[in-house]
Amino acid sequence: MTKTTIPVHLDINGRDHDLQLEPRVTLLDALRDRLGLTGTKKGCDHGQCGACTVHIDGERVLACLTLAAQVEGRTVTTIEGLAREGEMHPVQAAFLEQDAFQCGYCTPGQIMSAVACIREGHAGSDEEIREYMAGNLCRCGAYPHIVAAVRQAALEAAS
Amino acid sequence: MRDFDYIRPATIPDAIAAAAEPGSAYLAGGTNLLDLMKGGITSPERIVDISRLPELNRIERLDDGGLRIGALVRNADLAYDPAFAKSYPAVAEALLSGASAQLRNAATVGGNLLQRTRCSYFYDTASACNRRQPGTGCDALEGENRLHAVLGWSDACIATHPSDFCVPLVALDAVVEIEGKKGRRHVSLEEFHRLPGETPQRENALEPGDLIVAVRLPAEAASFSANARYLKVRERTSYAFAVVSAAAALVVDGGKIRAARLALGGVAAKPWRARSAEAVLLGADASEATFASAADAALADASPSGDNAFKIELARRIVIRALISALSGTPERLPALPASPFSNIPGARHDA
Repeated sequence: MTKTTIPVHLDINGRDHDLQLEPRVTLLDALRDRLGLTGTKKGCDHGQCGACTVHIDGERVLACLTLAAQVEGRTVTTIEGLAREGEMHPVQAAFLEQDAFQCGYCTPGQIMSAVACIREGHAGSDEEIREYMAGNLCRCGAYPHIVAAVRQAALEAAS
Repeated sequence: MRDFDYIRPATIPDAIAAAAEPGSAYLAGGTNLLDLMKGGITSPERIVDISRLPELNRIERLDDGGLRIGALVRNADLAYDPAFAKSYPAVAEALLSGASAQLRNAATVGGNLLQRTRCSYFYDTASACNRRQPGTGCDALEGENRLHAVLGWSDACIATHPSDFCVPLVALDAVVEIEGKKGRRHVSLEEFHRLPGETPQRENALEPGDLIVAVRLPAEAASFSANARYLKVRERTSYAFAVVSAAAALVVDGGKIRAARLALGGVAAKPWRARSAEAVLLGADASEATFASAADAALADASPSGDNAFKIELARRIVIRALISALSGTPERLPALPASPFSNIPGARHDA
């Protein structure tokens, strides 16, 4: 089979990108390899670790199990698109304050997931935070601080 | 991942025509298919992306009191639909016990029915697997098989179906609506998935080009809403497939069981409707002794396919536990850990 490419228009963090891609290119690879947006991490590349979590139309999904072509016409937000006018997003600030990471590799995915978790209303208790953040693994085991950061950000969002 | 042609049809007939060509596969949420393609377990030459097809993402009440769920409704949207969660709480609980929040935002109703087994030999292209490559044998038979089937397996294949969603669905008499080259037809979910027999590669009733367009629940399915639960034992608290699961639904009046539904997950190559157990329950006293008899009936034909005799006793206990939980009533709030037998901490309301 000849390697055909297709035009794919992507809206990432409010910026439009016109790319020519092989259909098999995932959103994750398009972000990292074509657009230089390396904040979104490739952990397992099999939908098991959550490191590649991004928002599509405001909802958290895994960029490694999404074809770039599938998100044409949709709005994609990555970790690079969270801060506003140089100000950290409150969830980013809470992760810093609570020291919610060690090596930091899972952190962009954790933060993208946490922003959605709070927005969905699933940060009402520590049990609920743990359950609804279960799709984001942290090999360093920073979970207690991650839960504390999500709890703090959720309380700030509610106040 | 092998390269492929990418087609995004505008209508259902266009999609069916495109997918009827050999080497084609439908793409919806992609949470299972893309993973399988990365591993070379399946290598379609043509991907028919149906995720933008109109009319397949609706939840509709039917005039006869039933419900029609479009095949592209996402797991999260269905579980959080207040009317749905209130009428079919065990289905909502099963949906929320599966995968992660990110995956539930992508995975669809139709795709959930079509997800492939999680048998590690199926996933390893260096292993023999009759399901992946007919006639090569089954390395699971003499391999790491403690999580494999205890009901309905054959020497050709001992894999299980991994779905949570399908377990309460099959208990509630769900029907799969399929559109194909010859028009539209309905197949009960119980008959949709196949046991392996000598042809484990034939996993369901679909013919080439066939598209699942909806899943229907009959009116009676909502009559169990006050006493319905899904319980799931996993090897970690969350974000894991079922070792064993059970959906139990009862209608109880004056201490007697007037209607009963029971199905098991993680035990067979299909969601397992336990009709013999339902026969034991029907008309009997709603008591633990009855539930134990029903559990015995449900597992009467079970046998280990390897290192997994423990799953038979585990399934028996989960059946009893699910029936006790159903009898005590659907909780007003979904548990914070949906379907967990180890936590009763309340979470969101069913109709929130």
